Amino acid sequence: MKQKKKMTSTGFLLLITIALFIVMYVAGMVIFADKGFAKPQMFLNLFVSNAGLLVISCGLTIVMITGGIDISVGSVTALVCMVMADLMENKGASAYVAVLVALGIGLLFGIVQGFLVTYMGIQPFIVTLAGMFFGRGLTAIISTDMIAIKNELFLKWANFRFYMPFGSTNKKGKFIPAYIPPTVVIALIVVILCAILLKYRKFGRKLYAIGGNKQSALMMGLDVKKTMFKAYVLDGFLAGLGGFLFCLNSCAGFVEQAKGLEMDAISSAVIGGTLLSGGVGTPIGTMFGVLIKGTISSLITAQGTLSSWWVRIVLSALLCFFIVIQSVLASAKKKK
Amino acid sequence: MKKKIMAAVMTAAMVAGLAGSTASVYAAEDTITVGFSQVGAESDWRTANTESMKTTFSEENGYELIFDDAQQKQENQLTAIRNFIQQEVDYILLAPVTETGWDTVLQEAKDAGIPVIIVDRMVDVSDDSLYTTWIGTDSLLEGRKAAEWLNAYATAKEIAPEDLHIVDIQGTIGSTAQIGRSQGLEEGVEKYGWDLLEQQSGEFTQAKGQEVMESMLKKYDNINVVYCENDNEAFGAIDAIESAGKTVGSDIANGEILVISFDTTNAGLTETLAGRIACDVECNPLHGPRAEALIKELEAGNEVEKLNYVDEEIFAADDAVASVTAVNSLDEEAEYAVTPITQEIIDGRAY
Repeated sequence: MKQKKKMTSTGFLLLITIALFIVMYVAGMVIFADKGFAKPQMFLNLFVSNAGLLVISCGLTIVMITGGIDISVGSVTALVCMVMADLMENKGASAYVAVLVALGIGLLFGIVQGFLVTYMGIQPFIVTLAGMFFGRGLTAIISTDMIAIKNELFLKWANFRFYMPFGSTNKKGKFIPAYIPPTVVIALIVVILCAILLKYRKFGRKLYAIGGNKQSALMMGLDVKKTMFKAYVLDGFLAGLGGFLFCLNSCAGFVEQAKGLEMDAISSAVIGGTLLSGGVGTPIGTMFGVLIKGTISSLITAQGTLSSWWVRIVLSALLCFFIVIQSVLASAKKKK
Repeated sequence: MKKKIMAAVMTAAMVAGLAGSTASVYAAEDTITVGFSQVGAESDWRTANTESMKTTFSEENGYELIFDDAQQKQENQLTAIRNFIQQEVDYILLAPVTETGWDTVLQEAKDAGIPVIIVDRMVDVSDDSLYTTWIGTDSLLEGRKAAEWLNAYATAKEIAPEDLHIVDIQGTIGSTAQIGRSQGLEEGVEKYGWDLLEQQSGEFTQAKGQEVMESMLKKYDNINVVYCENDNEAFGAIDAIESAGKTVGSDIANGEILVISFDTTNAGLTETLAGRIACDVECNPLHGPRAEALIKELEAGNEVEKLNYVDEEIFAADDAVASVTAVNSLDEEAEYAVTPITQEIIDGRAY
């Protein structure tokens, strides 16, 4: 019975998120039809610009479901970009080696932070705060200069496009097919894999149980520590992968990159229906959270005269809205 | 319950849609649409730059300007440019946050046939044809002007080069202005043998400039020249110096700390008039008219120069130095007059 109830609140939050996204996008298509909002590419651009964020947010969703948090992901992204740029441009490494190192960095962050959180019992906020400072600091130590990536193979990946059979015609009447870069394909695969993992695999169900109530999960005989550790490792790995996708978009390593990305990821997860207290959330919801964030900024750019700081204001209003809904749901659950 | 909510939401969407479609105004056929992706609003200079663009590309002048503030994030600029491409703007103006990482998105603009005009900072791309032209300031020349002024000033006041103990509050590391201005100073140090104590970034902000200056004052007790790479940093540095019980001014021999700054914003020149900034080298933010001139050339189908430098002046608190000779980025040597600042000059300026 209890399990069923929890799934309903997850489903309800997911429904609100998806409805909100559709409403916002349809409104955009109607209002800004002359600003290209109705073009398929405009929609795909939401994924193109946010592929890295999408993957990182999925990782965050997983740790947030256990009731944890990871605020080191922005710094990990900056570090990954810098290390990749440094390896390829200054150390002469191949693009393959750079990618492996990038994923390794993410994995290492996950393992260390996961160990400290689960086996040492330290607050995840503090552990990942340290991770955040460490990552940013290390990035600056490698180089404070901007390093542009000019590696041929890497640029080939970055500029590769999958053209779609559909598209739009421009002002001069020329047909331009819509496209997605490989980053979007990778990000979508990650979202789907995470969704399957959480919904249909034992590991996923354990995560929800731990997030819902750690004590009872322990009493049920679940290996709480091991599961949580795995969640952090997976989160770290996805941060590394997300950093790589981010780097494919920017093609540069720079210490100021991805500042505040962790906050974008957390807010996307929350808007996507993830409860900060744990036990509720889905990668699909998080994906819509990311899309909503992207839509808000596209709407405000299309409008043209509003300051882009309005993106933050609208986001904060949405966050409040979702937190209120969540607390209403939580108190309703308690009453029963 | 769920259905009710969905119905309510859909109704709201339709209402919004209707309101929007009746309210939207269709631009006239001959209007030129310009998308401008600006770095942010981190300094007075940047605000003046934005204002110049907004007043130039106004509706009265036959333009529609789509302005996007990137809040210092390159990823926001990449998104904005992709949006501009989908909106099919006629021209894209890009004031980049960083020099690198533009190949992909500029290629997309080129494929869409939209000319890109780079503003202020330069972009570092593998293929120069990815952007049409560049407008901006010559930061290396600015740095060299400041260094030459300091040398001329020290000579006029009979101060030995090794007695100039300089700290450099750098701009945001990696920005064109920081690279050029730091290099100008470093060349001066090399050439004249000044004592450069430390270089640290103040990120072009007042708060950070103050913080850096405070820590430097604690570290060194013999600082007599502060080289601030913009006015906002200079304001912070002046606050830090004064709260440490020292005075700013140009009388180095009597323990005053000399402040050199860049940008010549209104507030910066007011400080110069008060004698608290000894020399302020202009970094002209009024790029709007120059950008419009270039767009008109392009509209007429003419070729334009790849690099366009705007003219810039030097202002000083006193008349100890009349002019300096410096070499610009195109290796052209010229003599530049140093203007002693007056209230009339400040009042007569647009920013």
